[in-house]
Amino acid sequence: MSKRKITKTNVPVGECISQVQEMLRERLCHQRLPDRPEGVEAQHKHLLELLKRTAVHGESNSVLIVGPRGAGKTMLLRCVLRDLLEEKEAQKSLLQVHLNGLLQTDDRIALKEITRQLHLENVVEDKVFGSFAENLCFLLEALKKGDRSSSRPVLFVLDEFDLFAHHKNQTLLYNLLDISQSAQAPIAVVGITCRLDVLELLEKRVKSRFSHRQIHLLSNPTFTEYLDRVRTQLSLPDDFPDDKFALDWNASIETLCEDKSVEDVLQRHFNSSKDFRSMHMLLMLCLSRVSVAKPAIKPADLLEASRLCLADANANMLHGLSILELCLIIAMKHLNDVYEGDPFNLQMVHNEFKKFLQRKSNSMYNFEQPVILKAFEHLQQLELIRPVDSSSAKTQREYQLMRLMLDHSQIMEALQKYPQCPTDVKQWAMSAFG
Amino acid sequence: MKYFTRLRVRRVYEWRGKPLSFNRKLKTYEYGSLAISVEGLPRSTVIKTGQHILIEGEDEDSPYVAKVVRLFGDESGKQKKAVVQWFVRVSEVPVSKLKLLGREPHPQEIFYYQGRSCDDEVDAGSILEPVQVKHLIGEAPFPDSGDRDTLYVKLSWDSKTFKMLDSALVESELAPAISTPPCPKASLPPSPPCSPPAVAPASRVPARRALPTPDLTIMRRAAQGEVRYNRATMSAEVESLHSATKMSASKCLSAKRRNASVRTPGVRKKLELSNPEKKSMISEDILSQLLDEELESEVMWAVGRLSASPPQDPPLTHSLTPLKKPHTAPGTFHLKPSTLVLHKVSLPDRNSPPSSASPQQGDDVMEAGLPTGSGKTPRKRNATPTRQYATRDQKATTPSRKKESETPKEPFLGVLAEVDNEKSPMLPVTVTPRSSKRKSAQLVSSRIRQQLNLLDNLQDLNSDGEDEEEFVPSKKELQSSSDDDGEEEEEEAAGLDSDEEVPFKKGRYAAAVSGTPRSKQRTRSSTTTPRKTPNKKITPGTPRTPHRAIPSIPSRSLPARQPANVLEEARTRLHVSSVPESLPCREQEFQDIYSFVESKIVDGTGGCMYISGVPGTGKTATVQEVMRCLQHAADVDEISPFHFIEINGMKMTDPHQAYVQILQKLTGQKATADHAAALLEKRFSNPAPRKETTVLLVDELDLLWTRKQNVMYNLFDWPTRRHARLVVLTIANTMDLPERIMINRVASRLGLTRMSFQPYSFKQLQQIIMSRLNKVKAFEEDALQLVSRKVAALSGDARRCLDICRRATEICEHSAADPSATGLVGMSHVMEALNEMFSSAYITAIKCASVQEQLFLRAVIAEFRRLGLEEATFQQVFVQHQALCRVEGLQPLGVSEGLAVCQRLGACRLLLLEPSRLGVLQRVRLNVSQDDVLYALKAD
Repeated sequence: MSKRKITKTNVPVGECISQVQEMLRERLCHQRLPDRPEGVEAQHKHLLELLKRTAVHGESNSVLIVGPRGAGKTMLLRCVLRDLLEEKEAQKSLLQVHLNGLLQTDDRIALKEITRQLHLENVVEDKVFGSFAENLCFLLEALKKGDRSSSRPVLFVLDEFDLFAHHKNQTLLYNLLDISQSAQAPIAVVGITCRLDVLELLEKRVKSRFSHRQIHLLSNPTFTEYLDRVRTQLSLPDDFPDDKFALDWNASIETLCEDKSVEDVLQRHFNSSKDFRSMHMLLMLCLSRVSVAKPAIKPADLLEASRLCLADANANMLHGLSILELCLIIAMKHLNDVYEGDPFNLQMVHNEFKKFLQRKSNSMYNFEQPVILKAFEHLQQLELIRPVDSSSAKTQREYQLMRLMLDHSQIMEALQKYPQCPTDVKQWAMSAFG
Repeated sequence: MKYFTRLRVRRVYEWRGKPLSFNRKLKTYEYGSLAISVEGLPRSTVIKTGQHILIEGEDEDSPYVAKVVRLFGDESGKQKKAVVQWFVRVSEVPVSKLKLLGREPHPQEIFYYQGRSCDDEVDAGSILEPVQVKHLIGEAPFPDSGDRDTLYVKLSWDSKTFKMLDSALVESELAPAISTPPCPKASLPPSPPCSPPAVAPASRVPARRALPTPDLTIMRRAAQGEVRYNRATMSAEVESLHSATKMSASKCLSAKRRNASVRTPGVRKKLELSNPEKKSMISEDILSQLLDEELESEVMWAVGRLSASPPQDPPLTHSLTPLKKPHTAPGTFHLKPSTLVLHKVSLPDRNSPPSSASPQQGDDVMEAGLPTGSGKTPRKRNATPTRQYATRDQKATTPSRKKESETPKEPFLGVLAEVDNEKSPMLPVTVTPRSSKRKSAQLVSSRIRQQLNLLDNLQDLNSDGEDEEEFVPSKKELQSSSDDDGEEEEEEAAGLDSDEEVPFKKGRYAAAVSGTPRSKQRTRSSTTTPRKTPNKKITPGTPRTPHRAIPSIPSRSLPARQPANVLEEARTRLHVSSVPESLPCREQEFQDIYSFVESKIVDGTGGCMYISGVPGTGKTATVQEVMRCLQHAADVDEISPFHFIEINGMKMTDPHQAYVQILQKLTGQKATADHAAALLEKRFSNPAPRKETTVLLVDELDLLWTRKQNVMYNLFDWPTRRHARLVVLTIANTMDLPERIMINRVASRLGLTRMSFQPYSFKQLQQIIMSRLNKVKAFEEDALQLVSRKVAALSGDARRCLDICRRATEICEHSAADPSATGLVGMSHVMEALNEMFSSAYITAIKCASVQEQLFLRAVIAEFRRLGLEEATFQQVFVQHQALCRVEGLQPLGVSEGLAVCQRLGACRLLLLEPSRLGVLQRVRLNVSQDDVLYALKAD
């Protein structure tokens, strides 16, 4: 540390690079919260005041934060909590329970988790391991015992709130919301969801108990804002150890953002999705290409990263197929063209393939039936084709109806890029009719 | 301990010896002892009266404990009954009340049960075996013996407080019951009970009725040493108990002896007769010494008459004799004068037949006394005790205290009036048939009460008018007079507290205040109607399992902040959780439910009620309010106490958990669902000696549905059982729930008592908000109207209404910086809140979507139009999307990218998608109307 201070203006490039990467990755992976949430000031204020009232006044509340994926719902909540806990009064009293609909998939698990997080098991040692019914009674009793002024307020954060609505009878939601509407221990229920129709999921009596406060995070940034965001995400702060490096880096970021091709790429991403998470993904890829030899992000890096991001997974998969399998895919495509997307079976595909072989009258691709069956099964395993109905056991494999899971454009694209693709196969694929 | 029940053997019960007496009216023989022999065993157990026994109860491990007061059987010898005095075990006292004990209860400790409303008559068949009960006095430690069969009694329990138990009470009161003689004159027509034998039934009946069902207040007072006892037989005892606090053992003995003599007829009584005379003379002497010049001729006359009367009026002397005791005990000395007055008043009563003429006569006597001496007597009465105090408590009495003790003096008479009036109805009770008994009892008691009130409140000159009225004692009159008495007693209790330094100062006062009216009501009813319904035990809290730790959220270190301004105050009041003082707009429903439950409690029957209504219409709140009111009524003894249990279908994991929860709330027991169902079944179908009505609220009834519907079936079947005394109130949302989900036999048991809560109208909603706000001026009139109209139009959900108002106050607070703001919540704020809550976010979401997402939506609509269907596969839409991209001059997306766009729209539920593993084959639907999408896209 002291060494760095002395050589403050002259840190080796390698160390600078690693520091830059560490710092920016922290930023991009949402490890560090921004000082102020951007674009959602009003929502921030609303939520902060709401939670403050619970923490300080002991008022029970319930609220939903709704917004599309990557809109910053969790970030908003974390910012609010950070700001809230700066207050002594709130920090001392507020208890937090964090649940996630993806983790707590039913009420039984959720109840155990709540009991654990509230440290209630200290009160009665073995209760957290009791039966579901006991746990519920236990928790309800615990919360019922409290009252507005004396108990510590509890904050329940339900991530993926909509998934809790699928629990049996919505018992957990009913009880939490019921407590929030009755004179028991003060609680705040904060649900986070991306579903706009989440209220329709709630049963009417659960819905009636919900306060109907919704905080929508529907930001609509313009492209310039998006670009600014890219710039600020990549820029180094003033307190970076090596001033000179920081200046160079920031200047390179400036030039990067003004580059026309970069702008096009970003525009394309912006058109596709406005959420920041996909942008962070793109920038992460760029950042990982920075090295000692190349201590700045070049437009080419961004283009490459964008190409990676936008790459079509299924088309890439086609590159790894054998010629036979590719031929089968092409045969299927022709069948699809002829029969307008009706399902097909192995026999039909094989016949189509045979037509191609007969016309070309070469024996190069003349395979035995078992080999073709094997290739067909491989395609099914790759999920490039899938059976129409799942009752595969009843019918013979040769006659099981299948559907192609690829779009024509994907097949053509793959054929273009397929290394050393035989021209006759290519021509066959291009020809309108078999 | 080993009980016969464990062995599952048949026990044979036989009377030993000849019947001691025969009650011709009731056609019962009374016996001295009962032999229990176990079939197959030669040995037999003998139960005698006065012995402590175990009685079969709900729990085989701890049977009920009681003391035999009387044994009797019917002519045929088939029915064998016993009248008992109950004791309660530690486990029968509710856990919450055990705290009052202030120490760890001894496992073998039992409490003398003084609670009211217990059925003291048990079937002899339920007697298990005798048990040894030892009475421990005061602070004596529990013997540390290994003998687990001995139980110890130290305190008495009246379902509210623990009291020190007097040994005299335990040991003396029950002993004479054995020697109760046969009473040949019991069935005599109503005749003036002036002959000595007529007293015998009077003393006997209470032995059956009064003793085993110890009156709450009476016993309490008895234990406290207050002279308040009001029955002929018990009075003697209580007088002795009165001074019990200071009384020595010898006095106790003499009290016992006297007590016994009260009940012994004929010859022995005559022996006593000379005694009282002498004693009353002594008392007169003392009295005259004390009162000297202040004692007016009237009192003298009364005393003189009193002393003269004994030969012809034995019952009176008997009740008088104990009064001698207080005379010697300085603490109670002050009671004497008033007693004398009392006797003066009661004398005419006794001597006159309880016919219509008797009041007249009694009144004449009164009339005679009133104009002359009555003006002075009260003053005198007031004066004498004060003086006594002055002499007695010379050191302790300060002027202020003197004054204090002076004021409550007046009521003494009222109290003694009660002593007398309760005494007098006892006489006719046994002699007259029931119907006339009641009337005459009331007549006499009311008249006496009035006269005594008159004496008491002589300052009130209007009382003369009342004199005329008292010949026709209406029920109302009776009621009012008894109320008066209640108040007086309360006053008196307070007075006594201030006078005497006794330990249970506060507790006693509170108990007396709350207990008095009830006791009177009850005693009156007990004299008129035989109690058939078993009604005992206030709280059947019998937790067999050790009480588990109660979980709780830790309490906060800093206190919660209180609302600081008007808006915050309004917000607090508007929170759904804040309990309003009253529930406006549900008066009719409240009344209906109240009368339903009350009638069931009063009748001691059961019943079901179904309450329906959409969420937020105050169903649960109304029922809870009803229960609060009823509980209050029970507390002040307007109705008999009951047990209120609440379960909620949503607050249990499985319908069968309902049993577990009911059982736990009823008894504190924990059991599995099946076991709990069995226990409840047993509880509700078997008659139990101490049972009170249970009111069960089942919220969210529809959640208790099972395929066989056995939970619902049981819930609705139990109330129909004869001994269940269960009232079930069920709440659900749908009006036709019984028809829709219940099979016939369940719906039939639910019955047709239904009630439906209509959604609130806008006026009602407005009223609700107004009543909640309670004059806190935070809203503009129009704003309130807007909210209530809007909510009423949408759902009529009061919760919604309150939430909107709360949100509006917040918005108002935010805009408070605006100088034009009035500080009141106005239309604009309410509008904003309404928009926030009711507007759908779909259109905004579409507007905020990215370009490709918007294009995709457009492609979906285009594809729908092309297909003429509302559904398309992704592949089809994607083709459209590619075309649209070209039209818009955008670079076409790859399939993966297109799928990502589609998934994002699906996550927001703008689109409805099949599972994403179907890839390009998944079908797409719109979750918004096409018009909305087009509108949102056009506005862009």
